[in-house]
Amino acid sequence: MNRLEMKTAHKLVGTFNYQLGQLEKGYANRTLYINLSTNGFAEKPVTELMKQKFIGGRGFGLKLLWDGIQGHTQWNDPENELIISPGPIGGITQYPGAGKSYVVALSPLTQSAMDSNAGGHFGPFLKFSGWDALEIQGKAERDVIVFIDGTKGTVTIEEAPLEAVNSHILVEQLTDMYAESEADKGTISVVAAGEAAEHTLIGLLNFSFYDARRKAVRVKQAGRGGMGTVFRDKHIKALVIKSPKVRGDLNNPADMSALKKAGQKIHEEIRTLDDSQCRMRKVGTAHLTQIMNDYDLLPVRNYKFGSHPEATKIADDVFLAKYFHLNGHDECWYGCSLACAKVVKSFQLKTGPYQGKEVLVDGPEYETTSAAGSVLGIFDPEFVIETNFYCDTYGVDALSFGTATAFVMECYENGVIDDRVTGGLKLNFGNAEAALELLHRMAKGEGFGKMAGLGIRRMKKLFAEQYGANPDFLQDIGMEVKGLEFSEYVTKESLAQQGGYGLANKGAQHDEAWLIFMDMVNHEIPTFEDKAEALFYYPMFRTWFSLNGLCKLPWNDIVPADNHLTAEPAKVPEHVHNYVEIYNGVTGANIDDKGLISQSEVVYNFQRVFNVRMGFGTREYDQVPYRAVGPVTVEEYESRQDRYDAQLKDILNLDPEGKTTAEKVQILRNYREEQYRKLCDAVYLRRGWDANGIPTIKTLERLGIDFPEVAAVVKKKMTQG
Amino acid sequence: MIKVNGKDYPWEEGLSIKQLLVNKGFTFPLLVVILNGKAIADNEYVGTVVNDGDEVKIIHLMSGG
Ligand code: SF4
Repeated sequence: MNRLEMKTAHKLVGTFNYQLGQLEKGYANRTLYINLSTNGFAEKPVTELMKQKFIGGRGFGLKLLWDGIQGHTQWNDPENELIISPGPIGGITQYPGAGKSYVVALSPLTQSAMDSNAGGHFGPFLKFSGWDALEIQGKAERDVIVFIDGTKGTVTIEEAPLEAVNSHILVEQLTDMYAESEADKGTISVVAAGEAAEHTLIGLLNFSFYDARRKAVRVKQAGRGGMGTVFRDKHIKALVIKSPKVRGDLNNPADMSALKKAGQKIHEEIRTLDDSQCRMRKVGTAHLTQIMNDYDLLPVRNYKFGSHPEATKIADDVFLAKYFHLNGHDECWYGCSLACAKVVKSFQLKTGPYQGKEVLVDGPEYETTSAAGSVLGIFDPEFVIETNFYCDTYGVDALSFGTATAFVMECYENGVIDDRVTGGLKLNFGNAEAALELLHRMAKGEGFGKMAGLGIRRMKKLFAEQYGANPDFLQDIGMEVKGLEFSEYVTKESLAQQGGYGLANKGAQHDEAWLIFMDMVNHEIPTFEDKAEALFYYPMFRTWFSLNGLCKLPWNDIVPADNHLTAEPAKVPEHVHNYVEIYNGVTGANIDDKGLISQSEVVYNFQRVFNVRMGFGTREYDQVPYRAVGPVTVEEYESRQDRYDAQLKDILNLDPEGKTTAEKVQILRNYREEQYRKLCDAVYLRRGWDANGIPTIKTLERLGIDFPEVAAVVKKKMTQG
Repeated sequence: MIKVNGKDYPWEEGLSIKQLLVNKGFTFPLLVVILNGKAIADNEYVGTVVNDGDEVKIIHLMSGG
């Protein structure tokens, strides 16, 4: 089928014309609302209060979602919204990492507010087209494409029956269709999901950008929390945007020279230091696979273990030597000289509907080498690449896929489920063929693929109810918090990072805090108070990226040559200073590094109250599976017996001699669970929350978010107890 | 005996910072090494010798998504 036939089959069901305008100090000062049930549109003003309190990006997403739904709204109600917003710094080209889009919606996995981010060009293009956020509510009757033409000032909703659903085809089709010429392709960005996003709750969104050197459409993923599932539930096939030609001054920053100055410095650092630091330009985050293995932090076999002798087979050197293609645009937004978006340019697929085809694969990143590798007990780079490809094109979050499949494998090996349940798939650890087949079945919504696609939390319930599994065992080994599957780090030896996962607003994702080295290796945060301080500063600091359309990687995946001479090198003070400068430079504000933390604290606490509003957000929802805390099984304990025995002796003053391993597992468990409880106490106190983990009215007042509807949620919960 | 990140660690004659990193299995590239309160640049790891009783901090920074 050719593009013309597809385009001709489009049926226009809604049109909106708007005035084009200029950005002012990073803001368009309006957001675009689209209702797919009514095919209606609205332009919403962005107030000063909105900018002050919510900044942009995730902050805008949360505020718009809060206003758009009720406490009883379900993820698949038409009322649920999907919001994309880049933030005020988003779209600058002088400083690396300024092209991120932040997506917010009620998540099918957690049933609360989720935020997830992606590179690609959509977010900046949205701003250049005149909008600080895109807010989509309602459900279309049939599959639609929403097209925003930022060169003409039009938005259309078009029924689009003929285009593919799977991303790798769809993004090419739509880039071709909406670009006027090859040269014009760089002005188009597409957001798409895939067929698995229709049949699973772990759907992701792909955000495209055109790689002119490779003449290929590339995709970056907003993976976490089922955003693609919400997208397809709304019958959105794709969002397409056409932007005015990109220039470095489109944000109309208050002080361009501040951006240039900060940018020049860091570009020089990257140029001179990256090769001896993280080698992001060569291998991206995949440099971490070997390191995580060296430090016993790489998830192996459903997080039972933290290393494996075969991990070298999926390490960065393997991808660099044989698979990565380095001569293109590996920056996911203009000006990112860290350019970590690695690509396998031509890979011949061995399975599935595209078997035999040569495809381009975006990735793999570190997380994929675990989720499509070690966590499943599979150490085959081609399996990693193939799974990476299919997860993206089907619209499946590779992390949730990997972590959930690892859970399934452990259940299968323990006889919790058998071949009758899996439809004949022999889901033992290490079985790459079965894992890929499971992914293909997820995409089709067939058999056990449908069940696995529900995610770990729902599988735990089903396995207990339908197959008589022991719910306590499933709770111990099911690596999820708040319904979201863990990302790919082993946390057994870092209490602070257990909190980093357990206390994160969205669920078990490490983007709020990654404290493992600081805690486990450096021993810099020995007391509960120290850990609580780290679990205050880092989540607040890292939240700030999400308010501003920024990528976190240029903060600390490259550090200045004299960083070691600073008082707090882990914070990379010079880069924090850069962020203050570029924020002030874009918006004309005058904040300092404390102001940056305060901005985040507002949104962070608002999100916590959002969780309370949706029926969560208290201590019981901050609990982590014991697999994240310590050894669940005798096998795990004995694999690191020296370490655990030493801990019994040194910390608990107990002689392990004469005790069975099962007894030792239990003793260690009692101790570690108590530690986690105390950690939560300390963190709640530091954050200004009550003993149940709810932000107090005093905290809301201090942050200036004691809005009546927000305070009412807190008061109601506190009276209910 | 020396102290590494606050914990006792066996010392050996002629131990350099570089060798200490190898012994400890510290392969992470973003490190800050402080020997008896003095920061050591990474190009000095080979030539800097750790003496018995010294205190070494080997601070791992962070990286990744
Ligand atoms: S560091 Fe990597 S992920 Fe971040 S903006 Fe640059 S290319 Fe994109």
